[in-house]
Amino acid sequence: MLWSGINRPSLLEGDELFARTTALAIAILAAIDAAAAQTANQPPDTMAARVEACTPCHGNKGEGTSDVYFPRLAGKPAGYLYNQLLAFRSGRRKYPPMNYLLEFLPDPYLEAMAEYFASEHPPLPQPAPSEVSKDVLAQGEQLATSGDAGRNIPACVSCHGPGLTGMQPGIPGLLGLRAPYISAQLGAWRYGTRTARSPDCMQLVAGHLTEADVTAVAAWLATRPAPANPAPVPKGTYALPFGCGSQPN
Amino acid sequence: MGSRLSITLLALAAFTTAAQAQDKDKTGDIVARGEYLARAGDCTACHTAPEGRLFAGGRAMPTPFGTLYTSNITPDPETGIGKWSADDFYKTMHNGRFPDGGLIYPAMPFASYTKVTRADSDAIFAYLRSIPPVSQKNRPHELRFPYDNRQLILGWRTLFFSEGEFKPDPKKSAEWNRGAYLVEGLGHCGMCHSPINALGGTSQSDAFKGGLIPMQNWYAPSLTSNREAGLGDWSIKDITDLLQTGVSARGVVYGPMAEVVHNSLQYLDDADTKAMAVYLKGISEPSPPPPASSALPTTESSLLISLGKTVYDKNCASCHGTQGEGKPPHWPPLANNQSIEMQSAVNPIRMVLNGGYPPGTKGNPMPYGMPPFAGLLSDNEVAAVVSYIRTAWGNRGTPVSAREANELRSAPLN
Ligand code: HEC
Ligand code: HEC
Ligand code: HEC
Ligand code: HEC
Ligand code: HEC
Repeated sequence: MLWSGINRPSLLEGDELFARTTALAIAILAAIDAAAAQTANQPPDTMAARVEACTPCHGNKGEGTSDVYFPRLAGKPAGYLYNQLLAFRSGRRKYPPMNYLLEFLPDPYLEAMAEYFASEHPPLPQPAPSEVSKDVLAQGEQLATSGDAGRNIPACVSCHGPGLTGMQPGIPGLLGLRAPYISAQLGAWRYGTRTARSPDCMQLVAGHLTEADVTAVAAWLATRPAPANPAPVPKGTYALPFGCGSQPN
Repeated sequence: MGSRLSITLLALAAFTTAAQAQDKDKTGDIVARGEYLARAGDCTACHTAPEGRLFAGGRAMPTPFGTLYTSNITPDPETGIGKWSADDFYKTMHNGRFPDGGLIYPAMPFASYTKVTRADSDAIFAYLRSIPPVSQKNRPHELRFPYDNRQLILGWRTLFFSEGEFKPDPKKSAEWNRGAYLVEGLGHCGMCHSPINALGGTSQSDAFKGGLIPMQNWYAPSLTSNREAGLGDWSIKDITDLLQTGVSARGVVYGPMAEVVHNSLQYLDDADTKAMAVYLKGISEPSPPPPASSALPTTESSLLISLGKTVYDKNCASCHGTQGEGKPPHWPPLANNQSIEMQSAVNPIRMVLNGGYPPGTKGNPMPYGMPPFAGLLSDNEVAAVVSYIRTAWGNRGTPVSAREANELRSAPLN
């Protein structure tokens, strides 16, 4: 409608044309101005602006920060991230600064936040050189890739995937995380301060790990280089050794 | 007394919220009305545990005297209130007593609910009878001696409890009276917004004068002083926006007030929200002049404030604007924002330390957030930036010290 006046200038002549187009131009400029003023007075209508409360700790694209206990979020399965946000909101998973931020946010919004970070793909960080001995790393690799049947420990890869990139919708990859964070999470499961939807398979796994196992597997995982394709594999790509409440089948 | 209220209210103009409420009562579904009123009373804030079943209780309420656990108010006959009559229920709401006459702790806000009409109490009861029963035993309270003795409640009641349904003020409009009924009664706003004395009571004469909430370390501002949250110079639209959506052109809600908007106020209809706004605007009174000077020596405070400007420009201006103008309602203005200038600096210090999101509401389902700065700024920088926002752009607050900032680092977050 607005543009039709410009498309048909030949219908108008001389001064009249000039007056009409000028008036139109002014009207358009005013409209653009008003729109610009309006957006200038409002924060951008984007998820990026809405999660600015998260980025000092998790990085602008969820890539993580220099703090080794602040996890990367980018590229993890949306279902997994959403489950974590629900658990933080209800206080089932504890980290008071986040419990506080999320307390009064509705489900669909938490879902949108999860989708947002799941769809970001900043590169995985360079693995940090490890401080533990070769033997310990070897023990970690053994647990992660083969488990320890004698002690009822399944291989981590049997759930987290052969490439450790996780599986949609509920199983996270274990790459791009640093050893202290991984140890802290396994410890939290062992002591019951982190729980997942029942049956909580990670609790079963962590319950069988010793302190030494935790140190070893965390150290080895943190040395893994980024794979060519870090994306979580589609749902149902492989069968889990036993059921997990976070991964509906 | 209930019928007297109805008659008085019905006698008033035809197009009032009160009359509308009465209509709903006559024609409408009493259960739906009860649900609405239970929202207005925010029963769920206390009687539903996180991830727990609706109204099955068991939520811990820390108090200076120990921890209380809320009751199961589902219609389960053994563990809930399934065997109660409407009379029993009214006795609890109106008089703070169990069916057997036993005394109820005032953490259950019966001192406000006593103003609720019998008809409204019956509607809430009808609604509670309609929800799924949950078999879950009440967890015994963990109160320290001597507070575990319920007889002590008698003393509290003598000092702080006056039983009685709401009496409308015939000199005021029906709308004002409806607002007063909701704010003073079901809304139990005075439970937080009045100073709490050592006995855990709020007195009638200090109603809505503001106070620090024990255990939580949030300051609930005065609703009567325009130097705090008195809404005398707010427009009705800004007040209703704040109550219904959690954000407004003048400021936002956070902390315990975010809970109130999230669980309760966002569900009130436009007419009731407006009635509350009219009442709240009406009770604001002329305030005493601001305190002349700050407790800090002037050289110290001027240094603080110049450091504060540096911190502000680097960390805050991107959202709140270089002149504190914000981008309202989502990024609230800090210039001319009462909740920053108040005598108590607890809230702005905690905002800077903890950040926050306003509640997600129907009117604002995807709120914008503020990052916590506890890990990014030192005590000195927190004090500096808070001093700056309290005094810049014509704001009339006073500077704060690094010690105050430090003390609030350990304030509980939930
Ligand atoms: C003060 C720093 C901080 C802020 C702000 C913060 N987080 Fe976190 N976040 C953490 C830490 C630390 C953890 C790990 C907690 C633990 O030990 O379990 C975490 C964990 C998470 C996890 C689980 C990650 C995983 O792999 O299990 C998600 C998802 C998350 N945060 C999302 C968010 C979102 C969304 C926001 C903003 C609304 C946010 N966080 C704000 C520090 C923060
Ligand atoms: C039976 C399947 C299963 C096995 C085996 C398993 N995990 Fe998990 N793991 C999960 C699931 C499911 C989750 C997500 C839980 C949730 O929703 O919180 C998870 C989450 C984790 C997390 C949290 C990641 C984060 O970002 O916070 C870590 C760390 C982890 N697992 C490590 C391991 C290690 C190490 C092993 C091997 C010793 C292992 N897992 C074996 C299923 C498994
Ligand atoms: C601020 C918290 C709070 C709010 C809000 C609240 N209650 Fe309570 N309520 C309690 C506590 C605590 C108790 C237990 C008191 C005691 O044991 O003396 C209780 C007890 C009760 C009881 C007695 C039940 C029993 O068998 O012990 C009933 C009925 C009740 N509340 C109904 C309600 C209704 C209806 C509402 C909303 C209109 C409501 N409450 C709002 C805290 C609250
Ligand atoms: C659980 C305690 C609690 C209850 C109950 C409560 N408030 Fe508040 N309120 C607070 C606190 C704390 C603040 C300060 C934080 C803020 O400004 O959001 C506050 C702030 C406010 C403000 C000022 C907001 C601003 O931006 O200046 C208003 C207005 C208000 N409350 C109205 C009410 C009304 C009306 C009710 C009853 C329906 C109520 N409050 C019930 C704790 C409470
Ligand atoms: C990413 C944007 C952003 C940044 C950066 C930010 N804020 Fe905020 N601020 C907000 C939002 C959003 C709210 C509302 C939060 C809520 O309701 O919980 C808010 C609320 C506040 C409030 C309470 C306002 C009120 O109405 O009562 C104060 C005070 C405040 N901010 C101060 C600061 C200071 C000081 C800084 C810098 C140290 C800062 N903010 C940085 C977005 C931001």
